[in-house]
Amino acid sequence: MARPLPFLTPVNRFYWEAGQDGVLKIQQCQECSLWINPPQPICRNCLSENVAPQTVSGKGTIFSVTVNHQAWQPGLEVPYVIARVKLDEVDDTVLLTTNIVGEGCLEAKIGDPVRVLFEHQDDVWFPLFELAK
Amino acid sequence: MSDKNDPVISGVGQSAVGRYVDRLPLLMTIDAIKEALDNAGLTVADIDGLATWPGRMETSLDMGPVGCDEVINALGLNVRWYNGAYETPAQYSAIAEAVAAVRSGWARHVVVFRTLCQGAVRHRPQDFPSVHPKRMSGVMAAMMSYHAYSAANWVAQFASRHFHEYGTTREQLAQIAINARRNGAINPKAVFREAITMDDYMSARMISSPLCLYDCDTMTDASTVIIVSAADTAKDLKSIPIRIDTMACALPGRYTWDQDVEPACYPTARRLWELSDYTVDDVDMGQLYDGFSFLTLQWIEALGFCPVGEGGRYLEGGHRISRDGEFPINTNGGQIAAGRTHAFGYVREAVRQLRGEAEETQVNREMKVAVSGAGGGPLSMAMLLVRD
Repeated sequence: MARPLPFLTPVNRFYWEAGQDGVLKIQQCQECSLWINPPQPICRNCLSENVAPQTVSGKGTIFSVTVNHQAWQPGLEVPYVIARVKLDEVDDTVLLTTNIVGEGCLEAKIGDPVRVLFEHQDDVWFPLFELAK
Repeated sequence: MSDKNDPVISGVGQSAVGRYVDRLPLLMTIDAIKEALDNAGLTVADIDGLATWPGRMETSLDMGPVGCDEVINALGLNVRWYNGAYETPAQYSAIAEAVAAVRSGWARHVVVFRTLCQGAVRHRPQDFPSVHPKRMSGVMAAMMSYHAYSAANWVAQFASRHFHEYGTTREQLAQIAINARRNGAINPKAVFREAITMDDYMSARMISSPLCLYDCDTMTDASTVIIVSAADTAKDLKSIPIRIDTMACALPGRYTWDQDVEPACYPTARRLWELSDYTVDDVDMGQLYDGFSFLTLQWIEALGFCPVGEGGRYLEGGHRISRDGEFPINTNGGQIAAGRTHAFGYVREAVRQLRGEAEETQVNREMKVAVSGAGGGPLSMAMLLVRD
């Protein structure tokens, strides 16, 4: 089933398009280094507007995870895995809600290492993750 | 120190409640208003304030089918203040707005309503033409994009983390649902009236692990009304006034369902105790949000009935939270058994209990102070209700 698409804005467009080049980008304040997600036009820590996308490795670990069994919409295939991922270079101020896909995903657990991959739909490249083992 | 404008709950009322009620949401709202007026000893002419949460929501008519304007027009209300708004701390913000209006002297009797028609929308979709945006915006966008459509998926993330960090188990969490269904079994208005066992719980189908079917409330058609009045009117009313001692909310820095920040119920509860002269030891009963059982566990921890992380062990065996226990909660079955009245059902139940008017679900001991917390994630409000 197709994913509901995010509304792209000048602030968040980089995040949803970065996967076109096979990379994951997270916004970072260029003044105080705070990582910011979802993207904002200003840093909440130092109020600088000098915030910019940074390319990160796409490696991370599972912070929390659930296996969804309920078909909330017609055509939705279950079960599937929804997780929050913490990225290796990025501090605890950022978690990415995502799907864990691929081999062994239904057994994914907190602390498992994961790496990013992308799913293209319309003008959006959704960051997904697979188990890194 | 009491004041003539201290806010009291003078009346409570509720429409028929069911997984599907074949009646216009506006008329269900009026059913609940009439019952609440009768309960208080008031008439339509006495109403001079009106409040609701979230107001009419064109994007989600199942959650917000009725706005203030429709009720004003249907009843010809002479209001001197009204409010229906979504960008607020939680469901109880409508009650907080009424409290503010009464304290300010803007209104003497404020009808506060919460109406839902989630069953009706599924049975009669043609009558509820919700407008859906083509693309998702705001904090929900990233979650919807990953098929995390339900709050069950969002709350499951908190639960998964709690299980991991503190060793909380499904058997411990089960006590919330078992208690709710046990209380629902004696409530004639409950949507689910069958008690469940630990075996039933452990073998139930998963919705979003670790939350199973019994951890979730169900979509309901219902309208619940609370009337907030000025304390000096109470002597002329037929009901026992229940004083709204304190209401509180707090949101620490980020409005989010999925970032690693403390869920708002924790700072909200700390704020409640900061604002009130009462302490957790004064509380006789709790009516705590159980749209998902795990949210109840969070409220128990947040309010200080046990340390953070100990919620699972606090629930173990289930006796503490039962109607015979030290801290009876959700005595009408909560939302898990009595239906998704979206928090207002807890206030109605707390008022009926404190007055000794809860009929079948009445707890057999004298009670003075009830606490209620509503919401989950960034949504959060708590209140203390007192029978003086």
